[in-house]
Amino acid sequence: MEEKIIVAIIVSAIAFFSIYAFTPVLIKFLEKRNLTVKDVNKIGDVMIPRPGGISIMIGIVTSEIMLYLFFPISEILAIIITSVLGFSVGIIDDKKTMGGWFKPLALAFCAAPILLLGAYDSNLNFPLFGSVQIPSLYLALVVFMIPITGNTINSVDALNGIASGVTTIASFALAISLFILQNYEIGIACLCLAFASLAFYKYHKFPSRIFPGDSGAVMFGATYGAIAIVGQVEVIAAIAILPAIINSFLFLSSVKKIVEHRQIKNPVKHTDDFKLKSTDENHAPITLVRLLIAKNPLSEKQISNEVLKLTMFSGVLAVITAFMMGVKI
Amino acid sequence: MDVKIYSFIFTMWILMLVGGGLITLIIGPLSLGSIEGIDPIILSGIKIGLALVLIFIWVFVLTKIKNWIFKSQVKS
Repeated sequence: MEEKIIVAIIVSAIAFFSIYAFTPVLIKFLEKRNLTVKDVNKIGDVMIPRPGGISIMIGIVTSEIMLYLFFPISEILAIIITSVLGFSVGIIDDKKTMGGWFKPLALAFCAAPILLLGAYDSNLNFPLFGSVQIPSLYLALVVFMIPITGNTINSVDALNGIASGVTTIASFALAISLFILQNYEIGIACLCLAFASLAFYKYHKFPSRIFPGDSGAVMFGATYGAIAIVGQVEVIAAIAILPAIINSFLFLSSVKKIVEHRQIKNPVKHTDDFKLKSTDENHAPITLVRLLIAKNPLSEKQISNEVLKLTMFSGVLAVITAFMMGVKI
Repeated sequence: MDVKIYSFIFTMWILMLVGGGLITLIIGPLSLGSIEGIDPIILSGIKIGLALVLIFIWVFVLTKIKNWIFKSQVKS
């Protein structure tokens, strides 16, 4: 146990400090090459460097490789390869805006390492009631899980700090859940993701100094999904990111088709003091942000804080669910 | 912060727990004992169909709650 605690401290420190130190360098590099986008929720032409996914990739992959050197198990290798593939899908979308179906389809292929390395268990575990064995159906679940988590985190990346903040809170909740379930190696792998996203949050929080881009947000989601599968905590992982899932659910139930978010009508507009308020357009989708500001206009910072509070609430529900996994009725 | 959105998350959580219970206790162990020699693939298909019906009901309930929250937020 002592060895595992030392490894957890080492890899968490690598994940955190590599991103903490490298991101300012990346910001300068992107600014110098004019790789910036307009922050549409700020007054004036505020240009923000993008994509920060490069820094996130370095932090997550370096720490997970170090973890693999300590615990050379196929589950950690599957997480590393899936993360890199998720980053690759995102960076393609960063460079050239692809159609709405590109990311789900490409991310489905990112699940291949998990299947090829056999880093999964075909039992689906539920709290209180035990598990169901679904050998064939579980393969489909693995293929669907990575596109769902990748796109879910990407879809909440609408305002400063939300994607990295949601990933940080959900990953810490998932890591605690994995430790409760005594799955220590994957719990430590989840800590790498939690500390990596926490370090990036420092630069991504309001007012953002860098945006993760599709490469960063999709990589966060793909890594999270891979951890959920190899750690056999699919249900707990879904609960921990419920606000992000709600956002995707609200979006899909309003739009009723899979489209790139840039192609739809903006569900929010600005007040004179640059707060966000719900649009009057009937055809604009109801997103989580639009639901939060339906009553009163809120500033970007207020909305970000509300989303993070909702994620903390669902994180607590996830940890409660982990405790309930040990109880059978 | 409006308590309705927290209630929405809490309802989703309860629906996930209940759905998990129905899958593990009823749909998973389901066997059509009265029909002799039923192909396991057909039985799996029936179970998937029942799970999809559950998901449909789940999404329907959540859509109704979402519409109710949004309309009540806009009115207030």
